[in-house]
Amino acid sequence: MTEPLVVLDHVDKWFGELHVLQDINMSIARGEVVVVIGPSGSGKSTLCRTINRLETIDKGTITLDGKPLPAEGKALAAHRAEVGMVFQSFNLFAHKTILENVTLGPIKVRGTDKAAAEKQARQLLDRVGVGNQADKYPAQLSGGQQQRVAIARALAMEPKVMLFDEPTSALDPEMIKEVLDVMVDLAQGGMTMVVVTHEMGFARTAADRVVFMADGQVVEENTPDEFFSNAQSGRAQDFLSKILKH
Amino acid sequence: MDDIANDPGLVLNAFWVTIQLAVLSGLASLVLGTLLAAMRVGPVAVLARFGTVYVSIVRNTPLLVIFVLVFIAAPTLDLLVKTPFLVKGVIALTIYTSAFVCEAIRAGINSVSLGQAEAARAIGLTFGATMTQVVLPQAFRATVPPLASVLIALAKNTSVAAAFGLAEATARMRGLTNNNADDRWLIFITFAIGYIIIVEIMSAGAISLERRWRVTR
Repeated sequence: MTEPLVVLDHVDKWFGELHVLQDINMSIARGEVVVVIGPSGSGKSTLCRTINRLETIDKGTITLDGKPLPAEGKALAAHRAEVGMVFQSFNLFAHKTILENVTLGPIKVRGTDKAAAEKQARQLLDRVGVGNQADKYPAQLSGGQQQRVAIARALAMEPKVMLFDEPTSALDPEMIKEVLDVMVDLAQGGMTMVVVTHEMGFARTAADRVVFMADGQVVEENTPDEFFSNAQSGRAQDFLSKILKH
Repeated sequence: MDDIANDPGLVLNAFWVTIQLAVLSGLASLVLGTLLAAMRVGPVAVLARFGTVYVSIVRNTPLLVIFVLVFIAAPTLDLLVKTPFLVKGVIALTIYTSAFVCEAIRAGINSVSLGQAEAARAIGLTFGATMTQVVLPQAFRATVPPLASVLIALAKNTSVAAAFGLAEATARMRGLTNNNADDRWLIFITFAIGYIIIVEIMSAGAISLERRWRVTR
């Protein structure tokens, strides 16, 4: 249990001239919920995306469960199956029904038979509260419903860790709560989660640790209570004063 | 007048070769063009390079030159010596048309948002599965109008085969006008109507595909 699940070791990445990730070191324990916050352009989304190699890194290593990320091909696909990902823009498969969205991975990647995959998918859709939408297409659902389906789709792969890349940033305010409720549930259920978000309420409720990033660096990390009441760095204090004032 | 009026089968036979050429090359071009498009957008640099070079060479070569290469140049290198003319015609038309199919499909692929492919990769689908399960089914919808144009051009391009001993519609038309010079207008119009019918059937097919796929979006 003491061995961390995800380890980033001296990770560097450049976008051309821009040094988006600068010597990132981070380890995430099993069952830990890490919330990554910071101003836009700080590299937090990029960091999140490197963990399933949707972004490649230029230096350093990332390991999941002790194994370094594969570079390409089938091994990489197998790695990604172990890592759930939820995107800002949902990215549900537009030409497939809600049920098919959830069963595609289990059927095509895990080789689960269709009936079992559908049974599991319906359970997951019920769990995130959209069980009655199973036969619709994504465009027929609200943003909040789509994002909950996206969470179910990721969970269907029974991932070791879930990545959330600003999961509520594209949602209307009244839909944010329904998505966050599902996420809080997951966190309390013991899922290992990396959540990039601006939802400070979620960070307070569900996070074990808050990581504050700015300009491609991890500036500060702490428990949510400590971080929000007693940020150490000027950069974090400045950020918090801007977002917590309203 | 006599030939066409007395023997409508003459015209139908002529178009039968045209239709064979169009359908066989059309299917082969769709397969090859889709593969080329997958190469061009795929992660393997060598294949992407190959796809790009193929498209730029073939698209910049007149169809007539490709026919010359397949029918006249290849046999001098002991290639395709015993191949039937119809198959040679299909090969030439497929080489040419697949480049245009590739680009039409690539346009369709680019119209599918990057997030769709990312989500597919994120649940562990391989590149191949990402393409066949998620990207291509959506890309083909956007591809129907340009692809219809490419295939219609193909149907008419089959007439180039007339110059290479294939008795398709245009070759038969030339033969008929030689023997019945007085009726050449009637013959021209009859064959023009034949091509129009083929193209209209294809357009109607494209429209119904577009309509069917629009509903499920």
